[in-house]
Amino acid sequence: MSQASTADQVPPPAPSSAAPERDWAATLQTVLLPLLAIFTALVIGAIVIVVSDPEVLRLYRGFFDAPGEALRASAASVTRAYGALMAGSIGSPGEVVRGFATWGQTGDGAALVTSLAPLSESLVATVPLIFASLAVALGFRCGLFNIGAEGQLLIGALASVWVGYAVTGLPWIIHMPLAVLAGALAGAIWAAIPGYLKARTGAHEVITTIMMNWIAIRLVDWLINGPMERPGAAAKTREILATSYLPQFSSDPRVRFHAGFFLALAAAAFVYWFLFKTTWGFEIRTVGASPDAAEYSGMNISRNFVVAMGLSGALAGLAGTAQVLGVTHFLAAGFSPGFGFDSIALALLGKSHPAGVVLAALLFGTLRAGATKMQSLAQIPVDIIAILQALIIMFVAAPAMIRWIYRIGAERAVGEQVFTRGWGAS
Amino acid sequence: MSTIAESPTTATPPVLELRGITKRFPGVLANDNIDLTLEAGEIHALLGENGAGKTTLMNVLYGLYEPSEGEIWVRGQRAGIREPNDAIDLGIGMVHQHFMLIPPLTVTENVMLGIEETRAGGFLDRERAAQRVREISEQYGLEVDPEAYIRDLSVGVQQRVEIIKVLYRDADILILDEPTAVLTPQEVEELFDVIDSLIEQGISIIFITHKLKEVMAVADRITVLRNGRVVGTTIPEETTEQSLATMMVGREVSLVAEKSPARGGEPVLAVENLHVLGDQGSPAVQGVSFEVRAGEILGVAGVQGNGQTELVEAVTGLRKSVAGRVTILDRDVTDSSPRAILELGVGHIPENRTRDGLVLSYPVVNNLVLNTYYKQPFAHGIRLNEKEMTSHASKLVKEFDVRTPSVWVEAANLSGGNQQKVIVAREFSRPISLLIAAQPTRGLDVGSIEYIHGRILEKRDEDSGVLLVSSELDEIMALADRIAVMYRGRIVDVLPAEATTREEVGLLMAGIRPEEGMS
Repeated sequence: MSQASTADQVPPPAPSSAAPERDWAATLQTVLLPLLAIFTALVIGAIVIVVSDPEVLRLYRGFFDAPGEALRASAASVTRAYGALMAGSIGSPGEVVRGFATWGQTGDGAALVTSLAPLSESLVATVPLIFASLAVALGFRCGLFNIGAEGQLLIGALASVWVGYAVTGLPWIIHMPLAVLAGALAGAIWAAIPGYLKARTGAHEVITTIMMNWIAIRLVDWLINGPMERPGAAAKTREILATSYLPQFSSDPRVRFHAGFFLALAAAAFVYWFLFKTTWGFEIRTVGASPDAAEYSGMNISRNFVVAMGLSGALAGLAGTAQVLGVTHFLAAGFSPGFGFDSIALALLGKSHPAGVVLAALLFGTLRAGATKMQSLAQIPVDIIAILQALIIMFVAAPAMIRWIYRIGAERAVGEQVFTRGWGAS
Repeated sequence: MSTIAESPTTATPPVLELRGITKRFPGVLANDNIDLTLEAGEIHALLGENGAGKTTLMNVLYGLYEPSEGEIWVRGQRAGIREPNDAIDLGIGMVHQHFMLIPPLTVTENVMLGIEETRAGGFLDRERAAQRVREISEQYGLEVDPEAYIRDLSVGVQQRVEIIKVLYRDADILILDEPTAVLTPQEVEELFDVIDSLIEQGISIIFITHKLKEVMAVADRITVLRNGRVVGTTIPEETTEQSLATMMVGREVSLVAEKSPARGGEPVLAVENLHVLGDQGSPAVQGVSFEVRAGEILGVAGVQGNGQTELVEAVTGLRKSVAGRVTILDRDVTDSSPRAILELGVGHIPENRTRDGLVLSYPVVNNLVLNTYYKQPFAHGIRLNEKEMTSHASKLVKEFDVRTPSVWVEAANLSGGNQQKVIVAREFSRPISLLIAAQPTRGLDVGSIEYIHGRILEKRDEDSGVLLVSSELDEIMALADRIAVMYRGRIVDVLPAEATTREEVGLLMAGIRPEEGMS
């Protein structure tokens, strides 16, 4: 093997940026497969849109009399739906450019703000998803299935809201970070309980986190209808003080984009650094990849379970925190439309890698924001988005299907990929 | 089916002939133009190191892989074998290294699985099947009770059940894939008797192995593979173990490790009256005591499953003991954490290298710091120093001759020998005064074994104490200065290596005391 000889005379240590010498084909596939999965989901979604449109279906009954008409109507229906989805999630690039032009020439930012509103909504929807799916991904890295992100984010939101309205007289520079910290800490504690139970008693975290979800949901229900209820209103807490707000960038209520987005990106960067560049992350990943090898190497598996769950809970807590401090400014019933559960799928979609998770969250946030517009503009039910999301997850989770559809050769099985054969043989 | 020539004569065509078999995998030429003939009634040994292409070739023959080129001829006729069923129809049967038996079912039920005999109405006819199993068992001297449950049978008998499964399907060409890997020395002898009886009854056998002794003992002809090619075919009378080893490896190999007398200093490990439970909660180690001194190798011989695994786990902190004491370098480390024990200067080559010794999905770099990652210079505080880790890995890969295209290759992609060298490199690169090596060369080829044995002796000569646990008698005989024989959780005897014989240790391993009978 010619490669073996290069290993024999290893040059001075490669710089730390030394990316592992990776198979280009494999790298291409890791990017290509999710893209094809999304594309395939959109194609199948288009079929669903067509068959769910009664007008188009009526034309298909007379397909053989006027095939062109049916096909044209189908195309129009799909274009209308996806066009509305685009408009609702990203907006129109032309309008953004015109908005900038007007603003630059006249100083009137109204058009610009309007044009940016859809994009802003998409990013707002993305923020809690990034936090919560980072939480699940971090758990996965330690071999833990944290199904409790939903409960942890509720508890995080609860703590942040309480600090937000009950702690008074602090300047923004102290109050806001305090509220953020409270959310992270509360989430961490809530998740560390199942972590501790697993380490101590072996109780499976899937069971305990689900239980903790129910406790969190009921606890929040009780608090917002009882001790924390806003005087004169039902099922919501008081408004938090402005000193605890995550800053927004526009006074226009249509542009709710807030600093939580940057916080989420920072969290992703932190998780990457923590997992791949620190001894703690090394331990967590080792425990996840091979508990036996971790134990053999002298790592404390129990401690890693607690640490990983705690960190995971902190991230999930921040999902709730960002939502209350940046968007709603109070906690009410039905606060989370299931961010915590979507995040499980997103962590899988992003292959438990912080960068992948951010991209997956952006995709889902965008779809979610666009769905509302699609319903109002094109009369396409929001459920189509749920179908699209499900299809994307299904195709990403089952890459064999995508490989089969597009005739992409399988990756070489890891076990068979033996570089070195024999011993001392040339 | 059984009209095959009763006695091997040169006039009949070979029962099996592989002509120019080539099998390519992406980037790998696993079999390169291989010719192989099997005469009727012959034991043909296929010898080669791991990765030499033996298993690929047999999988081609058995219909699991389709050859890229080449032809298979059975009894003088071209055969198209596309799946195992085709092979079975042609009378070719394979006994895999890992048994495919269902423990809670009986021998008969296991044998009839897939070709169940039925009565009218679709009911299983166990009686008829059992009758055939009994006939086969008697005909070939296999001594298997058709009504016995698999879970109650020893490994050796289970293997005979596998052989019955194949004979039940009327196979007369038998492929045995590393059949002795899981057997005790006594069971190996019994297997050889079974093989003789099979041959007498007109069965032809391909015997795959990398063990030279067995080849010399049992084979009629020997074909040596290296790097997917046939290096040569010979007969035992015309060759020696040494020259076979040279053919296999492609260079001179020393089969017997050069060894100077042990120095034997202060005790580095003392185990006193240790009791440990097994996974099922039953006693696995029952009152074991021994000492390992600096500069000596204490070999623990024993058939797999006599408490050695639990003993090593208890000594290294991976398993709690129920009674007794473990002292390492004068410190009581009974039930200490694995890290506390490692940090005393204990190197551990674990029995299961792919489960415990390595994280297969990690690159070599990370595997080489698996138990030192938190120390200078690999970490500053909690920050990992990738540069140091990489240069450390590059250095060790060179020093320990790990064949890998890069230190960033995942451990899963290395061959067994190279995986083991990664572990040895990691453990030996730390300052250690006690080495615990459990089955350090299991499944490795001659070249790797030579290398690892040499390294272990080197460690001993640097005045480390070595606890060597092995079920390979040859390994114990080659390395140990003193031999402790373990049987049913107890150490039945500790013998000085130079004053003992292979046979003596072999009997003790089977629980038989040469002079006094059973203890």
